Amino acid sequence: MVAFVISRLLQALPVLLAVALISFALFTFVGDPVAAMLSQDASAADRTALVHLLGLDQPWYVQFGKFVGNAVQGEFGLSYRLSRPVSTLIAERAPATLELAFCAAAMTLCIGVPLGIFTGIYKDSWVSRLLLTISLVGVSLPIFVLGMLLILVFAVNLGWLPSFGRGETVQIGWWSTGLLTASGLKALILPAITLAVFQLTLITRLVRAEMLEVLRTDYIKFARARGLTNRSINFGHALKNTLVPVITIAGLQLGGIIAFAIVTETVFQWPGMGFLFIQSVGAADIPVMAAYLLLIALVFVVINLAVDLLYYLVDPRLRAKR
Amino acid sequence: MNQPIGRVARFLDSDLWWSFRTSPVAVASALVALVCILGAVLAPWLAPHNVLDLASVDLMDAFKPPFAEPGWPLGSDDQGRDVLSAIMFGGRTSLLVGICAVLFSTVVGVALGLVAGYLGGTADALLMRLADVQLTFPAFLVALLVDGIARAALPQEVHERIALGVVVFAIGISTWPQIARTVRGSTLVERNKEYVLAARVIGLGNMRIMATHVLPNVLGPVLVIATLNLGLAIITEATLSFLGVGVPPTQPSLGTLIRIGNDFLMSGEWWIAIFPGIALVAMVLSVNLLGDWLRDALNPRLR
Repeated sequence: MVAFVISRLLQALPVLLAVALISFALFTFVGDPVAAMLSQDASAADRTALVHLLGLDQPWYVQFGKFVGNAVQGEFGLSYRLSRPVSTLIAERAPATLELAFCAAAMTLCIGVPLGIFTGIYKDSWVSRLLLTISLVGVSLPIFVLGMLLILVFAVNLGWLPSFGRGETVQIGWWSTGLLTASGLKALILPAITLAVFQLTLITRLVRAEMLEVLRTDYIKFARARGLTNRSINFGHALKNTLVPVITIAGLQLGGIIAFAIVTETVFQWPGMGFLFIQSVGAADIPVMAAYLLLIALVFVVINLAVDLLYYLVDPRLRAKR
Repeated sequence: MNQPIGRVARFLDSDLWWSFRTSPVAVASALVALVCILGAVLAPWLAPHNVLDLASVDLMDAFKPPFAEPGWPLGSDDQGRDVLSAIMFGGRTSLLVGICAVLFSTVVGVALGLVAGYLGGTADALLMRLADVQLTFPAFLVALLVDGIARAALPQEVHERIALGVVVFAIGISTWPQIARTVRGSTLVERNKEYVLAARVIGLGNMRIMATHVLPNVLGPVLVIATLNLGLAIITEATLSFLGVGVPPTQPSLGTLIRIGNDFLMSGEWWIAIFPGIALVAMVLSVNLLGDWLRDALNPRLR
């Protein structure tokens, strides 16, 4: 078990280093911090002194080492656009994104998996057919078009829910939460639905396909022959065996939710990390971009590791092999 | 001489055509896709107004509601541009970027998949490891990051000139691993078949065998993935443009139009954003349905 985790971590290290190298290259080759920091009438000597002070005259691998060292401590310098430390900016925005992503993920799993089981078991009922047709539209509906439609109906025409922002937030330590106020919860509904729908349709279709596959197998036929109840066959035997691919996809979906949070946050002007990132891309704000890049890479490595560990728990065959 | 006619006849007699004719969903989506493509391709001749020509746009025509005046069937936007014409020209950009991106990713994916599957060894291990790493990130995120990095790394005037190419590259590069994996899988099967061995025995080079003998036999599944990727590429481009980091404002796509219209959603001018949105969904849905049909038709095991 420990050896498995360590080997996985060792495999993840090159990925993180590659992403760090890209971020570092962005810093090094784009823009000229020395020109930005020096005054107009600075002499060549001043310039050399500053270059030396910033360590820019050292070989690139030394600079890269320093960059990684700083990154590990969460130090990315000042944002070009907002002139504030990048670490502070991201720490301020992280709770908004994480709350949104968590709600969307919970919604996806709590609705998508049961729908998938239902359409898998009752594959010929008209409800299943209707759900599948709707899910096909869901896959083709771009996330920002869905967000706009929801805003048009529930914010503009009906006026029930706010169309932008997070509502009132409560500060708990450094974490600002919108889950404890009525306006915060109301503001969360539309963005969370927008973010969840696409992933929900995918997980429904996947669980359905896996259920259909498993229900065809011999051991299910045998279970039926033994006279077990439908309930015990469907949930005890079939569902358990669909879990391995479902966990993989659920892991990928969590990643998808984090990626598409960027779009949702832009549509609803949600003050999260994704919105910050898009604004930074538009303004070529490299420190923020680099930090976000590394953070996202880290998140994905952790998700993949968690998925691998879950396999281990779910599939006894994997345990036996080692 | 009569070979082309023979081919048409053979096609009309084929299983594929029969399966197409008897599937109402496939025929309907093909029609919708055809309307979208014709509207986009023939926009300069069919559109009521030329929205790219600034001289023809008059601010006095701004915010006309839809279905009110015959010259402005779907209304007009804040600048006085006809929404229907804007959709046709926007669809042109969306389709162009989508098709180019799919072509790019298909060429790269097929080439790398062939090399990995046929040569094996280090090339295979390296390429597939790279694909694995990229597949852990969602395609949309890869496209966004590649586009963002290009935006930051290129000088502004260079970026403006090749912005369309940058978007095509970013979207194309985000979907190659899937195609490469599929092609590698089929190549591994084909590699050991007798016709390949025979080609080797008569002394053909690896390149020649890959290109003229293995390639035609691994293209079937690629066609399906490419069709489904087209829908995905169009959505990705629209999303990037909606976020303001996609195609340049001088060549608006459907995503750009929706981005512009989004600003007027709250003040009641819903048609500026909603009609381009409907056009986008119609285009993507019809392509996806065609892709689904093609997958089922080419893979009899699923029936």
